[in-house]
Amino acid sequence: MTSEPSRPAATSGSLGEGKQDVTMRGSIAAPAGAHGPGGGSSLQRLVLFLSRMWAWLFLAVMVLFFVVAVPLSTGGSVNFLTIRNSQNILVAIVPVLLLGLGQTFVLIAAGIDLSVGWVMSLASVLSALALRDAFNSGAPLPVAVLAGLAAGLAGAGLVGFLNGWIIAKLKVPAFIVTLGTSFIVRGVAYLMSENSTVIGLPAGLGAYGNDALIYYISGPGGGVYFLHRPDVGGELLRRMEIILPYPVLATAFVLALTMFLLHKTQFGRHTYAIGGSMDASVRSGIPVDRHVIKVYMLSAATAGVAGFLSTLRFTAGSAVIGDSLLLSSIAAVIIGGVSMFGGAGTVIGTVIGALIIAVLTTGLVMLNVDAFWQFIVVGTVVIVAVLIDQSRDLIVGRQRRGAAQ
Amino acid sequence: MSDALLQVRNLRKSFGGLTAVDGVSLEVRRGEVVGLLGDNGAGKSTLIKCVSGVYQPDDGEIVFDGATVTFSTPMDARRHGIETIYQDLALANNLDVGANIFLGREIKKRWLGGLVHTLDDKGMERESRLTLESLQIRIPTLAEPIETLSGGQRQAVAIARAVYWEAKLMIMDEPTNNLGVPEQHKVLELIRTLRDRGVPVVLITHVLPDAFAVTDRVVVMHRGRKVAEKVTAETNTEELVQYMVGARDDDVAA
Repeated sequence: MTSEPSRPAATSGSLGEGKQDVTMRGSIAAPAGAHGPGGGSSLQRLVLFLSRMWAWLFLAVMVLFFVVAVPLSTGGSVNFLTIRNSQNILVAIVPVLLLGLGQTFVLIAAGIDLSVGWVMSLASVLSALALRDAFNSGAPLPVAVLAGLAAGLAGAGLVGFLNGWIIAKLKVPAFIVTLGTSFIVRGVAYLMSENSTVIGLPAGLGAYGNDALIYYISGPGGGVYFLHRPDVGGELLRRMEIILPYPVLATAFVLALTMFLLHKTQFGRHTYAIGGSMDASVRSGIPVDRHVIKVYMLSAATAGVAGFLSTLRFTAGSAVIGDSLLLSSIAAVIIGGVSMFGGAGTVIGTVIGALIIAVLTTGLVMLNVDAFWQFIVVGTVVIVAVLIDQSRDLIVGRQRRGAAQ
Repeated sequence: MSDALLQVRNLRKSFGGLTAVDGVSLEVRRGEVVGLLGDNGAGKSTLIKCVSGVYQPDDGEIVFDGATVTFSTPMDARRHGIETIYQDLALANNLDVGANIFLGREIKKRWLGGLVHTLDDKGMERESRLTLESLQIRIPTLAEPIETLSGGQRQAVAIARAVYWEAKLMIMDEPTNNLGVPEQHKVLELIRTLRDRGVPVVLITHVLPDAFAVTDRVVVMHRGRKVAEKVTAETNTEELVQYMVGARDDDVAA
């Protein structure tokens, strides 16, 4: 920082004349130059850089590996980096990413939300029921779809509110509260769906969940089509690529929204502050209780969107759809570098984390590796991710948040 | 007397059967540094927490800036201009300097006719830099989380925050604790800077050299009572120690 001839602050109060310079550069507690420009050995900086960017690098290396390995193992008949496969990965990523986006906020605020899997299920069931009722009572399909979205979000939002309210006002640990509500929500979802699946939804619904922005048919007789599925069959249909299905676009929209919210707004800043220091947040006048409630509502809402989209995709509501996704979504968030201690993490990190899991899963399947190996690999990556984060703290000489005054 | 910014009159606070503060009166004038001395358990912290809104006194009166006040929360006291810097500083270590100075009171930019608000990080950093410069505080980078700063630098950020928000009275609880010697000097220097800017400081400490270095007056407490009030220049270490351990007692309370 350059010291200009001391300008008066924008605040009141005059400068004391001829004050001795209070220089605090020679810091004692912080190791010199761990962070600041110009300090530290180049090796240290390299290690630091790698530890910050490792998730990106890991993703890149993994893609590269599959690009080479998949054709090799199949004798060149299958390629990894194709339009079709990339779209498959994007579709697969949608629910995990949506759950993870909300969870990102919760973890940054030093909480955890174990209920999102079943909240997604509940939202799927509720939106299916509302959609079916609305359609059967004569509403046009788009209106019925909106009714489904509203019902899914409302149900999810209510659970989120309850989670947040109990955590913030009654001071019950988030782990316990969301564990409890996840069981409750599970029961409600099964009861409402009557036998785990809501069927009888309007036939045209599949288009909402599966149609895409772009269709591309390569070769003779092909072409590019926007917004409507070309009515083709046989060989042409086999060559048709479905690019950017609506659920992917909807997820991209939620992604942009959460990114904006976390990194550009006061809401995001307060989320970081609460996770970094609850005490400082309270004393700074942040309405902490209300904020915590909002964070859990947001988490439930992204799960609600995931449930709604799954209803569209499968033309049915399912009370079991979200169960298996909870842990994957948490894994994605952790791999993406969000701290379990709160206070640190990014939305883009969660995207990378979700991508890593999806690419890994898809790639291993294409290599004909037994599906159970996915779990072993993902689990290893989760632990390694946290180890790398911790070693970074060690390099920087930063106290772990729990130990920091 | 007319110059008093803060007057505490006959303040009393007990917890169950224990009387932590027993009829203490105290006065802080504009532009002075008052040391509040006493051993652990003397009642310094309880007294100060009554003034800063953490506790509500059982009896007595607080007059601030010419008006009798009652603070039901710390935020209440802050709104009146009383900033208390506790030892833990109440900073979010994962946020940068600007974010901390503006925490809870962020500068925002308005978009779409006020429909959307975004954080004005550049604006907050600019204001933070100006405030730090006006206090002659140098911090190499404002953009890093403050957990990378030293204890003294963090102390300085907490002080800068109070200054930016135009604190009328600053209460500092053992600010030199846990600091290395060079940083202790810098914090004391900052206290003098504050005084010269017209912000009186109440310095809670049991480090006598600190008290002699920066205070104009000292008040000594022992077992909940005020046992002495001295002009710093007219007393000495030995005398103050005797008051602190209860060997001398002016019983100037009430």
